[in-house]
Amino acid sequence: MASLPWKAISTRATTPIIYLVLTILWEAGVRLFHVPGWILPAPTAIIAVAKQWAPELLYNSYITVQETIIGFVLALVLSLPLAVIIAFTSTTRRLLYPILLGLQSVPKVALAPLVILWLGIGNWPKIVIVILVCFFPILVNVVAGFEAVPKPMLDLMYSLRASKLAIFRRLRAPVAMPHLFTGCKVAITFAVIGAVIGEFVAAQEGLGYMILMSTAQSLTPLAFAAIILLTVISVVLFYAIEILERRFVTWRP
Amino acid sequence: MKAERPAAITSSAAGTNASGARSDGAPAIELFGVTKDFGRGEEIVRALGPIDLAIEGGSFVSVVGPSGCGKSTLLRLIAGLEEPTEGRLRRHGAKLDGPSREVGIVFQDHVLFPWASVLENVMLPADVLSLPKAAALERARWLLELTGLKDFAGHKPHMLSGGMKQRAAFCRAVLADPQLLLLDEPFGALDALTREELSLELSRLWQNLGRTALLITHDIEEAILLGDRIIVMSDRPGRIRLDMKVDLPRPRDVNTARNPRFMEIKQIARDLIFTRERN
Repeated sequence: MASLPWKAISTRATTPIIYLVLTILWEAGVRLFHVPGWILPAPTAIIAVAKQWAPELLYNSYITVQETIIGFVLALVLSLPLAVIIAFTSTTRRLLYPILLGLQSVPKVALAPLVILWLGIGNWPKIVIVILVCFFPILVNVVAGFEAVPKPMLDLMYSLRASKLAIFRRLRAPVAMPHLFTGCKVAITFAVIGAVIGEFVAAQEGLGYMILMSTAQSLTPLAFAAIILLTVISVVLFYAIEILERRFVTWRP
Repeated sequence: MKAERPAAITSSAAGTNASGARSDGAPAIELFGVTKDFGRGEEIVRALGPIDLAIEGGSFVSVVGPSGCGKSTLLRLIAGLEEPTEGRLRRHGAKLDGPSREVGIVFQDHVLFPWASVLENVMLPADVLSLPKAAALERARWLLELTGLKDFAGHKPHMLSGGMKQRAAFCRAVLADPQLLLLDEPFGALDALTREELSLELSRLWQNLGRTALLITHDIEEAILLGDRIIVMSDRPGRIRLDMKVDLPRPRDVNTARNPRFMEIKQIARDLIFTRERN
C-alpha cells in the first residue's frame, strides 16, 4: 500500500541524494588523503571561505549577471529583426545569410582580446562578447522557425489570399515561437560563458575576475565558490527561460 | 433546440448573390483540356489530364480514383493553388487566376493551428479576409453549434478527437460562406465509424448551406453516398473514366447504402476500377 508514494518520493529524490553522496565522498576523500587545500578544497572549507567573502561574491555575481542579461537582451533585440529580414527578402537572404553563417563558425572566444583592444576595459567589451556568443544561436533558430511552417498550413493561407504580413502574423510567428525559445536556451548558457571570458581577458570585477585573482593567490576555495555561483547563475537563467517558454508556448504540435 | 441561422456575412468585396448558383447560368467550374505535368526536362511526368469537366452550381460532385491518380492535383488546380500545364479553367464563367475567397477548402489533415483555440481557428478566414467581426463571430458560433462543437470553442485542437478536428476544419472552410466547397479526402485520416457518421453529417450540412461541393475520395461508397454525380478517374495520368449521375433520393442516411440503385452504381464503378487493375 505504502509502496506507491514511497516510489514517487524516491524517484524525485534520486538526483539530490546523488549530489549529497558525492559531496560527502568529496569531503571524506579530501580529509582521508590529506589533499592540500590549494589543490582541492573540501566542501566545508569552500563554505567557510564563501561566508567570509560573501559581500565580494555577491557584488561580483551581480556584475556578471548584469553583463549576461544586458548582452543577451541586446542580442535578442538585434537578431530578431534580422531574422525577419532574412526570412522575408530573398535578396538579403542570398547576400547576408552566407556571411552570417560563416561568422557563426568563428570561435567567438578568439575575438575577445580584439574586442577589448577596440572597446577598452569597462562593461561594454564584456557585453559585446556576450552579444557575439548569443546572437547566432538565436538568429539561426528563429530563421529555421520561420521556415518550419507545414506546407498544408501555407496552402490554407494561400487559399484565403492572405498577404505576406498576415501569413507572418498568423502563421510564421507562432510556428517560430518554440524555435525562438530553443535558441534562447542555447544562447543564455553561452552568455554566461561569454561574460566570464570577457572578465578573464580584461576586467576589474565580475566572477571571472574573482576566479582569476583567487587562483593567482592560491585562494582555491574562493575560486571554487565563484565557480559554484556561476553554475547556479547559469542554471537559474536557463530555467527562467524555460518558465517563460511554458507560459508562452502552451500548445502542442 | 436548434440555433437560429444568422444572416450571411456580407462585405463590399463579396460580389455574389445569396443563392448557390449564380444567375448568369455559367457552370460553377469549367475545365477545358486541362493537364498537369510535374518534373523537368527528361523527367517530366504527366500527373493529370487532359480533362474536360463542367460542374453545375449547387451540385455535389464526388471524384473517386486510386491513390496517385492525380485527383488531389485536380482539386488544387480548381482551388487555384496550382496552375495547369495546358488548358483553361473557369470559375463562374470567369478565368480562374489564383485562389479566391469564394472557395473554401477542407484538407485531408484538418490543418488547424495548434496554438489557437477552436473558435480562433474557425474565425481565421474572417481575420484574413477582414470580414465584419460581429457577424463572423455569430456565424462561427452557429456553425460550431450545428457541428456539436459549441462546448469546445475555447479548447485547443490537441484536446479534440479526430472527427471533432475535422468538423472544426469544416466550420472554418464555410465561415466566409464560399460559393464552392472543396473537400480533399476530408475523412481520410479517420476511423471507419467516425468516417461514416461524419460523411452523413457533412451531407446534411451541405444541404443546409446549399453551395457547390467537390469531394475527392478513394472510397467508392462515400463518393456515391454524398454525390449528385460521381466521377471515376483512371490511373496516372488521371483522366475521367466514368461520369455518372447518382439518382438517389435525399436526404441520404445509413439505409441509402442498401438501396438497389446504390449497389448498382457501386458495381459499375467497381468494375471500371478492377478492369484498370487487370490491364
